Amino acid sequence: MKLAFRLLSVVAVLIAAASVTFFAQLMVPGDRATTILNLQNGREQEWTASELGPVNEKFGFDNPLVVQYLHYVGGLFRGDLGTSYTQYQSVNSVIGAQIVPSLVLTASALVVAWALAIGVTLLTVKRGRFVTGLGSGWETFAASLPTYWVGVVLLVVLAVKVPIFPVIGGSGAWGTVLPVLTLAIPLAGFLGQVTRDEFDKVLDQPFVTTARTRGMGDTAVRLRHGLRHAVLPGITLSGWALGALVSGAVIAENIYGRPGIGQVLVTAVNTRDVPTVSGIVLVVAGVYVVANVLVDISYAVVDPRLRSHSRLATA
Amino acid sequence: MSIVDDRNDTDGAVAVTAATAATAAPAEPGAAGAAPPPVPLLHVEGLRVSFAGTEVVKGISFTAYAGRCLAIVGESGSGKSVTARTVVGLTGAGSEVSVDRLELGDRDLSGLGERQWRRIRGKEVGFVLQDALVSLDQLRKVGHEVAEPLAVHGVGDRRARAAKAIELLESVGVPEPEVRAAQRPYELSGGLRQRALIASAIALDPPLVIADEPTTALDVTVGAQVLDLLAASKSRGTSIILISHDLAVVARLADDVAVMKGGEIVEHGPVEDILRNPQHAYTKALLDAVPSEHTRGTHLVRPADGEEKTVRSRRPVDRGRPLIEARHLVKAFRGPDGKDREVVRDVSFEVFSGETLGIVGESGSGKTTTARIALALTPPTSGEVLLRGEPWSALGLRQRRPARSRIGVVYQDPLSSFDPRWSVDRILADALSRGPRPPANATEARRRSLELLEQVGLGHGHLTSAPLRLSGGQRQRVAIARALAPEPELIVCDEPVSALDVSVQAQVLDLLTDLQDELGVTYLFISHDLGVIHHMCDRILVMKDGEVVESGGADEVFDRPRHPYTQQLLTALPRLEVAR
Repeated sequence: MKLAFRLLSVVAVLIAAASVTFFAQLMVPGDRATTILNLQNGREQEWTASELGPVNEKFGFDNPLVVQYLHYVGGLFRGDLGTSYTQYQSVNSVIGAQIVPSLVLTASALVVAWALAIGVTLLTVKRGRFVTGLGSGWETFAASLPTYWVGVVLLVVLAVKVPIFPVIGGSGAWGTVLPVLTLAIPLAGFLGQVTRDEFDKVLDQPFVTTARTRGMGDTAVRLRHGLRHAVLPGITLSGWALGALVSGAVIAENIYGRPGIGQVLVTAVNTRDVPTVSGIVLVVAGVYVVANVLVDISYAVVDPRLRSHSRLATA
Repeated sequence: MSIVDDRNDTDGAVAVTAATAATAAPAEPGAAGAAPPPVPLLHVEGLRVSFAGTEVVKGISFTAYAGRCLAIVGESGSGKSVTARTVVGLTGAGSEVSVDRLELGDRDLSGLGERQWRRIRGKEVGFVLQDALVSLDQLRKVGHEVAEPLAVHGVGDRRARAAKAIELLESVGVPEPEVRAAQRPYELSGGLRQRALIASAIALDPPLVIADEPTTALDVTVGAQVLDLLAASKSRGTSIILISHDLAVVARLADDVAVMKGGEIVEHGPVEDILRNPQHAYTKALLDAVPSEHTRGTHLVRPADGEEKTVRSRRPVDRGRPLIEARHLVKAFRGPDGKDREVVRDVSFEVFSGETLGIVGESGSGKTTTARIALALTPPTSGEVLLRGEPWSALGLRQRRPARSRIGVVYQDPLSSFDPRWSVDRILADALSRGPRPPANATEARRRSLELLEQVGLGHGHLTSAPLRLSGGQRQRVAIARALAPEPELIVCDEPVSALDVSVQAQVLDLLTDLQDELGVTYLFISHDLGVIHHMCDRILVMKDGEVVESGGADEVFDRPRHPYTQQLLTALPRLEVAR
């Protein structure tokens, strides 16, 4: 029941996103066929009906709006995102080639951010004024860094001045390190702040005192009792973070000249290739939705109290 | 484990209800001829603890004996919990501890390092905290929690520990221990959780168990079972240090009592001496403050100069037409499985002007829902409430609004019913404006607010305070003043003193009875505490699972309970009966 409702809401969100992008295409000023011909020929001019005819037919612009809409949404159900204005190929193949490196980048960034956040909080929560201050200071600093700035600084320091990493990364493992750090450092600061807050509260809880009265050492108390409680709010935020990472990836990919959906998006926006932009928006929305379902599942894995209420959590 | 009901104790002076196991211990150290002298286990001498320069424990000394229970009694802030934690080296961050002598058996504990302390904790000293819901890790299985001391001290392998956990759960009377071990604490009832917590504390069979308010969060019958469990452990030779604010609980388990106040032990001795013949004024006041059948009709707080307690001057109760009348109330809520569950079943009662009707029951008995229906905050599924013979619960929201001020309410936790940004004068002015005589201007509002504050024993200085900065007792006084402001005929008191220390509770109860005597207010008084109910109420309803199982005059119900549930409640009640 709950699961069915959840899946329905996922579909509803995606259809809503698709509808918004579809109507956004109509809002772009000017006749679409004219825009396409202008784009392909690289100049601004009026086109004759005989020149516009084939384009209108190819893209289905001469059909009634309802038919166009149903055709578009119907295509989405078959996994067809439409046809690019500029490249004369399907948006699927434009995005498809680039989506994998982007997903690798964002997923790695999330993992690295969590590792950094947990490592720092475990070591610095409630460790006396100096160490604690150091930890929370680092988090505030990291969380306030803009992605583009981190990217440029890392590039200059670790690729140009001290050439450990390649300047133009490509999608290889070595070239992925700097883009991942660029995305992970600000996020780690943010997740760290949330986790530290909760960790701090958890370590004052009576069950932690109980564990200490059993003779448990400080490190064991943190790992076995504190950590699991402390990561819960951070997990909730991870769904949002993953969405934010996809947009951050656009910046990182551009700085490091890394193939990915970000490059495609920038090009498409510059050339006003609306179907490609829409396709990317939809894919990002999809990633967002899937990420949030994953968050729900992992939340229930960590906190069994939620399992009785959600059948999603049988994982 | 049987519970001995010795309420008919012929001694008359003190009747201590206790489990069989508890009475088996010697009455006084070395007193009984046949029993061997008790073996001292924990020696504490000259213990001082301070936090940031403020001394909270001021050089106390005590001894705990094997097979006996030492109770450390005191109110919040007396230093009793800090003392307990210091005995296991967990005083807390920023504390300074100095002690002349701290010995467990023949081992010197003073000046131990953290690593050495860890070998003591769990193995030599077991520790039971107050509320198992928060004292057990909710995300871990009960079995793992119970067996954790074994894991920490490297006893047995994983399989052996799992088996031992089930064995321990069984030994503390948890039914279906295999099932429970695989569940998580929140899936267990309060009593089972507390048992699991105790099972964990005794996993390594430590010679000393410290229990810090082990029954405070529990219903009466469940609390009694937990006390029996500790008594059984004591009879096997374990030394128990019981930390409590509740003298009745202490009477049930302890052999020796140390009364703490302001970081000092003001009185120390065998339990009978302390309860029967208290020497220190504070101990006397504590004993006086415990509400019971003996305190009915008198004040709980003795006047500063008086030897005798003052008697109430009751106004006559008008037994004509009832002030409020509940007829066959039923309330059903839809459960998570989609089925309706009746939490109030066919409840009828009447409250007459000037009297106090008590509703007593354990958690989940439906007493609070009944109160909410009487307040017309929750509509009944069927049945009806009449106010002075007129429809009340059946009125529409708009029709009821002008009459709202006729019923006031005082909750357990006033802080959560105050807007934290409002000061006391704003709270009272707001309440006054809802009454039949709203103040004409700010000056009148202020004058009448001040009158109200004086009526509840507060003064000018509290007018501009924020509730957050008041003490628990002062907050409850403000809550009472707010309830009085619109001049209600009835005040519903829902557990009004349950969150207060015993001496503050006594003051608030005295205030409520005084207001009744002066103003003739009527109370619908809800509590789980039978002593408070007996002290306060003229007539009583006993609720269980949404039904009224027994009703009648307070003395009638308490002295001659007819329903088995009432009898069970009264048997389980740890009581303190001091003849006056």
